[in-house]
Amino acid sequence: MKRVETLFRRLKRERRCGLIAYVTCGDGDTGRIVDALARAGADAIELGIPFSDPIADGPVIQAASQRALQHGTTTHDVFAIARAIRALHADLPLIAFSYLNPILRYGARRFAHDACEAGIDAVLLTDLPPEAAAELRKELREEGLGAVFLLAPTSTDARIRAIDRASDGFVYYVSTTGVTGARRELDPSLLGRLDEVRAKLRHPIAVGFGISRHEHYELLREHCDAIVVGSAIVRAIGEGDADGAAERAANVVRGILDTAILDTASIAPVP
Amino acid sequence: MTAVLPDKHGFFGTFGGQFVPETLMAALDEFERAYKQLKRDRAFRDELHDILGEFVGRPTPLTEARRFASLANGAFRLFLKREDLNHTGAHKINNAIGQALIAKRMGKQRVIAETGAGQHGVATATACALLGLQCVVYMGEVDMARQELNVFRMRLLGAEVVPVTSGSRTLKDAINEAIRDWVTNVRTTHYIIGSVLGPHPYPMIVRDFQSVIGREALAQLKKKTGALPDVAIACVGGGSNAIGLFYEMLPHPSIRMIGVEAGGRGAQLGEHAARFSGGALGVLHGTRSMVLQDEFGQIAETHSISAGLDYPSIGPEHAYLQEIGRVEYHDCSDDLALEAFHKLSESEGIIPALESSHALGWLLRNGQTIARDAVVVVNLSGRGDKDVPQVAAL
Repeated sequence: MKRVETLFRRLKRERRCGLIAYVTCGDGDTGRIVDALARAGADAIELGIPFSDPIADGPVIQAASQRALQHGTTTHDVFAIARAIRALHADLPLIAFSYLNPILRYGARRFAHDACEAGIDAVLLTDLPPEAAAELRKELREEGLGAVFLLAPTSTDARIRAIDRASDGFVYYVSTTGVTGARRELDPSLLGRLDEVRAKLRHPIAVGFGISRHEHYELLREHCDAIVVGSAIVRAIGEGDADGAAERAANVVRGILDTAILDTASIAPVP
Repeated sequence: MTAVLPDKHGFFGTFGGQFVPETLMAALDEFERAYKQLKRDRAFRDELHDILGEFVGRPTPLTEARRFASLANGAFRLFLKREDLNHTGAHKINNAIGQALIAKRMGKQRVIAETGAGQHGVATATACALLGLQCVVYMGEVDMARQELNVFRMRLLGAEVVPVTSGSRTLKDAINEAIRDWVTNVRTTHYIIGSVLGPHPYPMIVRDFQSVIGREALAQLKKKTGALPDVAIACVGGGSNAIGLFYEMLPHPSIRMIGVEAGGRGAQLGEHAARFSGGALGVLHGTRSMVLQDEFGQIAETHSISAGLDYPSIGPEHAYLQEIGRVEYHDCSDDLALEAFHKLSESEGIIPALESSHALGWLLRNGQTIARDAVVVVNLSGRGDKDVPQVAAL
């Protein structure tokens, strides 16, 4: 958990909006892809544990999860990927991102233990609201792992407070009512809503779902502590040959941060 | 017992709860508050009662099936609760009407639903046509092929039927897609779940709307036999027709209750939908229950000859009733269900749905174990017209 807290302290000190990159583990050479993402400027990584029935995900991440499962990716493989990344990047925060059932099936205590041992810092489960999370949180905390919960545009004030209290390190704000997936335009009410929500939080706030363009980053950077980019990266990984996947993923990050894009032609246009 | 469950967090013992994306939490809360208020609202109750009586055709008859009972080697008296005679041909309409009325009262003009066999889709499309609501039904591509007639019926009723091409392209995937739609359109849309599944308050509300089945059956049996039934049997997919039959009988310990799951083609994972013998505790579609899954928590594909039972999880209240030993759960194979389908048609002049045929199949094989003169009631949850092309093609 320390690595997550250190990151957000550093972002605050540097007055910078961070970028968290999502990848689906087992969809391509995840270790190599994450290394490239970190070198391209990603401040933290969400490691997606593929699940057969990802109800919060749009078509791009659904397809990536299917591919990863077809390759036989298991929770053990996710931990192996995390260990490999940790060996290269001692300070890079790693957040496991999934659904509750694979974690329940693995066993909450065993999961917390093995995740910690693999160098994972926190866990975010899209279908686990904080009121149902007491048992898992206890197991995670005993191993020094954090639990991150999601806020949505429909969250009431009471829920905003409860989710802030329950979260470790930061809270994840879902930018719009909907599933994951790159969108051309941000929800028009997002910036106003973010300022309102942020003022109520003790924790830093990261914003995800739909964020895929440099313009989004420019609009959001003053209104949150970090953005999360998922589907745009996952799509770039899936489009083209396996050898180029890491470079294509890294170029998405560079494009959003707008730091020296090396090969603009390889970035798929956002529909 | 019946009055207190689920608890205020939506749990039946350790089963149930609300495991959904945060975006939906406010809508679940709104739905529960609306339901609790409307349940006490005289005008709402009158409207529901009127529609059930004058449009759905309730109460449904209770038919004694003497010839089928003798085919089942029984000396018992068998009664069929005729949910197949409801408008649209199955028990699903009881819940669809109730929830559509709530949607309207909540000011939600758009309704979405998932469907497996198509019966819940048809029921929802019907309720929406009646009440002037927009209706979108998600249906797996595989189910659309095996239940083509119901797809056509839904479209005739003005609903949009959206084919689901992900995963196993059956009921599970249709629910995934419906939830994704709901997460996106939650402010304007009500999701009518068709079974006692999903996050709280769905298992409670669907149960309450279906409990009319058992309430009527108890009164009808009392009139015909002067007593309570000895055995109640229903098929269990998600479990709405079964809970509908059982719920009012739970307080009577003398009634033996049997839920029959789809035994499919065999005991191997993927070949059946028998959650109690093949599943493990898990969370799917917002609720904690018994789930067919692999050792890493990936949801298994299922098989049943009947689309309506082809689902990897079971309603949380059933998981609870099984755990406390109040209801027994068994399974019935494709072949045995098919045998019962034919035997009921030939012996009673009633073509049952393949789903309901599972309850009859269990009785066919186990009838000899039931005491002489016992009174047995089977929920004939739907009619088999929709299954005729599939059976004819076998």
